[in-house]
Amino acid sequence: MGKGSFLHRVFDLYYEGFRDMRLGKTLWAIILIKLFIIFAILKVFFFPNFLKAHAEGDEASYVAEQLLEVRSE
Amino acid sequence: MLQNLILNIDAGTIDWSRAQFALTAIYHWLFVPLTLGLAVIMGIVETIYYRTKEQFWKDAAIFWQKLFGINFAMGVATGIILEFEFGTNWSNYSWFVGDIFGAPLAVEGIVAFFMESTFVAVMYFGWKKVSPGFHLASTWLTGLGATISAWWILVANAWMQYPVGCAFNPDTMRNEMVSFAEVALSPFAISKFCHTVTSAWIIGAVFCVGVCSYYMLKRREPRLSIESMKIGAAVGLVAALLAAATGHKSAQDVAAVQPMKLAAMEALYDGGNGIGLKVIEGIEVPKALSFMATNDFEGYVPGINNILNGYTTPDGQVEPSVDEKIKRGKQAIAALAAYRQAKHEGAEEAVINAQLALLNEHMPYFGYGYIRDKEDVVPPIAVNFWAFRVMVGLGGLFILFFAVVLAGAYGWPKFLWRDRSITSLPKWHYWIAIALIPLGYIASESGWLVAEFGRQPWTIQDMLPTWAAVSDLQSGSVMITFFLFLLLFTTMLAVEISILLKQIKKGPES
Repeated sequence: MGKGSFLHRVFDLYYEGFRDMRLGKTLWAIILIKLFIIFAILKVFFFPNFLKAHAEGDEASYVAEQLLEVRSE
Repeated sequence: MLQNLILNIDAGTIDWSRAQFALTAIYHWLFVPLTLGLAVIMGIVETIYYRTKEQFWKDAAIFWQKLFGINFAMGVATGIILEFEFGTNWSNYSWFVGDIFGAPLAVEGIVAFFMESTFVAVMYFGWKKVSPGFHLASTWLTGLGATISAWWILVANAWMQYPVGCAFNPDTMRNEMVSFAEVALSPFAISKFCHTVTSAWIIGAVFCVGVCSYYMLKRREPRLSIESMKIGAAVGLVAALLAAATGHKSAQDVAAVQPMKLAAMEALYDGGNGIGLKVIEGIEVPKALSFMATNDFEGYVPGINNILNGYTTPDGQVEPSVDEKIKRGKQAIAALAAYRQAKHEGAEEAVINAQLALLNEHMPYFGYGYIRDKEDVVPPIAVNFWAFRVMVGLGGLFILFFAVVLAGAYGWPKFLWRDRSITSLPKWHYWIAIALIPLGYIASESGWLVAEFGRQPWTIQDMLPTWAAVSDLQSGSVMITFFLFLLLFTTMLAVEISILLKQIKKGPES
């Protein structure tokens, strides 16, 4: 990857950009904490895929049972 | 209303799931409009720098881009939680909407990721790395990327209000897309997009004018505040006028496909021709509702009672009563059950096809099969009535506000501004401008209250009411996550406001 090449210039843009960040470092820290909370805590412990857990692989039949029997009685 | 529902499910689950979704959506919508609005402000400021090459405009562009960046970073991924809620709390709905909802959201994710991550990086890191022209293009493309993202989200929302371009597949129990163009270019989506984006520009503008007013209040950053105020007020005035025009178009769409929402917005029980628009109860603008809904001062607008009992439109189309729709909805559900049963038992093709034909005949009213009492299709009147008035009233106030600020910033008319400037007014003027920032958000969120409360009880218009769409969860577990979110969102909002205020206090020299 030559110094003047396109890829080097793209790498340099990001490398120097991240290196020289000041306010950006705080914002990135907040984004990473937020993503951790959202994906590693909320998604895993509080927001399971309901159908995957209850439909045993046959989502259409489960939803049909819910909509045609349980909810329409 | 809930005691009348056909429920084999904890009623609290519906309420808490709705409350949680509303909380998440309202929180998400605090960030999105400021992103869209500030994108225009920073784009204009940098364009002026590009044309003048004056250092002042570069500093100003960097300053507004910093505020944009803080808001952008705080808003990242807040919308993803809505998708979690679909999968957990609204699983019947998620399955039922099929890929129609998934396709726009997937396009949104890809566009948002590639466009915004590329051009945001150039905008922040590229001042000394790329040409001024490319940098300017990146700044505008960052805003365009965010706006295109909004387009796809609003396409998904519009489809729930006006389902088009789909066909229900009784085998998979899903709605399948038959025309991507019909979904993506639905007239309802176009109106919604135009109205929502222009209202977002108002928030960017009122924020910009508010920040400038803060500097004027503190007697600092004189040039930044006056020049940015001119831009903010001009953007705000244009946006507020466009929002009024696009709102008129949205009202016509609502009148055409969600007449109950329009009737609820007006608390109109008995409709007719030449109906007036209530300012508040007892005061009305003659024939204005008819004009708003139909572009004709004598146009017909059905009221709640007309919709419940059935009516004939001026072009002779008979709209069935809700009782009739309930009957047909139940026939659709019965036909679907019979179809699936026949298929399961390997019945003759003719028997299966007969049930399928019956299902297709009554499918437009499928959701009504879950309604027990016709009153259950009436949305909350008071919320719709007042939220609509708050939105429109504040919209009118913003037109006046931006016009006055713009005139003041340019010193028009001259005889009023002969001995003074907008930067040296008594302090209360600036406090008013700052106080209008939260009112911008209140107006925008009120618009969403009208859009979403007005379509109750439907998660998908006429297809699926909330109590059929919700998952069979314990209300307690949804309640816990509601309060968890409340805590998380409040903390994150406090952090954002504190970082934003700190940056504003530092000013452009930081």
